[in-house]
Amino acid sequence: MSMRVLVACKRVIDYAVKVRVKPDKSGVVTEGVKHSMNPFDEIAVEEAVRMKESKVAGELIAVSCGPKQCQETLRTALAMGIDRAIHVEVSDADYANMQPFHVSKILAKVAQEEKADILLLGKQAIDDDCNQTGQMTAALLDWPQATFASAILKEGSDMLVTREVDGGLERIKVKVPAVITADLRLNEPRYATLPNIMKAKKKPLAKKPVSDFGVDLSPRHQVLSVEEPPVRKAGHKVETVEELVGKLKEAGVV
Amino acid sequence: QSTLVVAEHDNAKLQPSTLHTITAASKIGSDVTCLVVGTQCAKVAEEVAKVNGVTKVLLADNDAFKGFLPETLTSLILETQKKHNFTHIFASATAFGKNLLPRVAAKLDMAPVSDAIGIKDPETFLRAIYAGNAYQTVKVTDAVKIVTIRGTAFDAAATEGGSAATEEAPAVTGSNNISEWVSQEMVKSDRPELTGAKVVISGGRGMKSGENFNMLYDLADRLNAAVGASRAAVDAGFVSNDMQVGQTGKIVAPDLYIAIGISGAIQHLAGMKDSKVIAAINKDPEAPIFQVADYGIVADLFKVHFISSQTCQQLT
Repeated sequence: MSMRVLVACKRVIDYAVKVRVKPDKSGVVTEGVKHSMNPFDEIAVEEAVRMKESKVAGELIAVSCGPKQCQETLRTALAMGIDRAIHVEVSDADYANMQPFHVSKILAKVAQEEKADILLLGKQAIDDDCNQTGQMTAALLDWPQATFASAILKEGSDMLVTREVDGGLERIKVKVPAVITADLRLNEPRYATLPNIMKAKKKPLAKKPVSDFGVDLSPRHQVLSVEEPPVRKAGHKVETVEELVGKLKEAGVV
Repeated sequence: QSTLVVAEHDNAKLQPSTLHTITAASKIGSDVTCLVVGTQCAKVAEEVAKVNGVTKVLLADNDAFKGFLPETLTSLILETQKKHNFTHIFASATAFGKNLLPRVAAKLDMAPVSDAIGIKDPETFLRAIYAGNAYQTVKVTDAVKIVTIRGTAFDAAATEGGSAATEEAPAVTGSNNISEWVSQEMVKSDRPELTGAKVVISGGRGMKSGENFNMLYDLADRLNAAVGASRAAVDAGFVSNDMQVGQTGKIVAPDLYIAIGISGAIQHLAGMKDSKVIAAINKDPEAPIFQVADYGIVADLFKVHFISSQTCQQLT
C-alpha cells in the first residue's frame, strides 16, 4: 500500500534578503520584504514528490501554519507536485508569538487527522534557526524521528534513512509512521513550471482556523529584544604572502 | 538551581563540545550533573568525573543505548528528570544535541531554546537568528529550561580538578521497537576536529577541485590545523559534508581561520566570524570575506603560492 505523506512548509523571509533589525528592537523588518518557502522545506516537498513518482508515496498533502500569505507558499508546493494543501489560519497577532512548540502541536494533530504515514519537513527554518519542530512533533505523536536526512529509502515496511551527523553519515531504520527532516543534500528541488503553476491554482486548498486544533497559543518564551550582532571590523589588505605570514606571526597565531 | 548536562561521546572518549556546555551549565549555578549514557561507556564517566565544575555523574551503561537513538535516550532522560527535578537540561548544539533535546522538551511540555550563545541569567538566553544576522534575547517562562549550547560561545571546562561521584542513572522500563541504528561511516582523520582546532584552514569553490584540497591538507598537517570547506565546495563535490563550515554546517571559532578561495556568503560567515584572527585569500576584491578578515590578499590563490611548500616552511 502506498503511503500518505504530509509535508510541512514554512513561509520565511527569502534567503537572499539581508534582514534588518527594527529600531525598537522588537524583531526584524518583514513588511515589504520578499518571502518564500523555507529552503529546507522545499527540499522536503521535492522529496515527497519524488516518493510519489517512484510509487513509494500515494497522496501528498502540504500544510502551513500562519497568516493568509502562507497560501502562496502552499501554492508553490502544489505547483511542485503536492496533491492538496491545508492552511492552518493564524492571526498576525498570534503568529508573532508562535514558536516551534505550538507548531509541533498543530502538526501532530494534522498528521493524525490526515492519517499520514510520514511527516516530512525541513530540518530547520532559516528565520528562527530553531531546528526543533520535527523532533517535537515526533515526540508528541510517539513516532520515531529521522532527522537531517540525506537519503531516504523504503525497505520492506520500514524507512532506511541516511543522516548527516557531525563526524560523517549514519544510517537508521525507522518504523512507519515516522517524522523525517530534510538536510541540504537530500535533493535539489525542481522549479515549478508555468503549466504546473496554473494547474496548482485549481488544486484543493482547505482553510482551517487554528482554533479548530485546540492548541494553547500563549507564548512560552518572551523575546526581550532583537538586536544587530556586533560588527567585526575589516582589517587590512596585504600584498604578499610573506607579509601575511609576518602578520600572523606578529599576532601569535602561527 | 541544578543543571543536567547530557554528555556527548563515542563510548570511548568525551566529545570536546561537552566541555563547553559544562562551562555554560556552571553559569547557572554550582550544581552540575552530567549524564553519561551509552554502551560500555564507564571510561567516559571516569573522564567526566574529573572535569572541573561537574558535581555528579549519572551513568547509564546498557546495550539498549547502542546508536544513541533519541527515542531510547529520551525515555532515560525523562526518568532521570522525574527523580532529580533539574531546573535546566543542557546539551551541545551538535547533531546529537539538536536531535535529542527538542524531543525531551516536547515530552515535558516545555519549549526548548536552540543554540544559545550567551546566558544573561538562569532564565534568559542570547541566541542567533537569521544565520547570525540578528541576536535574540529570550526569557523562558517554563519551569524547566531546556537549552542546546553553541560550543564556540563558551570556554572549555578544564579536564582536571573535578572529583565528582558517579551513580547509576535510573533504569528505563519498556523498549524501543520503532527505530534501529544500522550503521555509520565516520570520516577518519588524524587532524584535529574542526570545532576544537586552534587553526582552521578552509577552502571554497575557488579551490576548483577535490584534488587541490590536498594542498590544504599538507599545509594543515604542518600547522596541526583542521581543514574545513564552504558549502559551495561541498555542493561542488570537492569534499564531504562533515567539513562544511557555516550556519548549516559546523560553527567554528579558532585562534586562526584561513579562508582560501571562499567568497564569504552570509551563511559561511555565520559559521566562522567569531574566530580570533581571520586571514583570507580571494581574487575578488569585493568578496564579503574581506569585510570580516583581519588580513586579506587579493590574488589568485594558485598564483600567490600561499599553500605551496615554501610558504609552509615559513609557517612552521
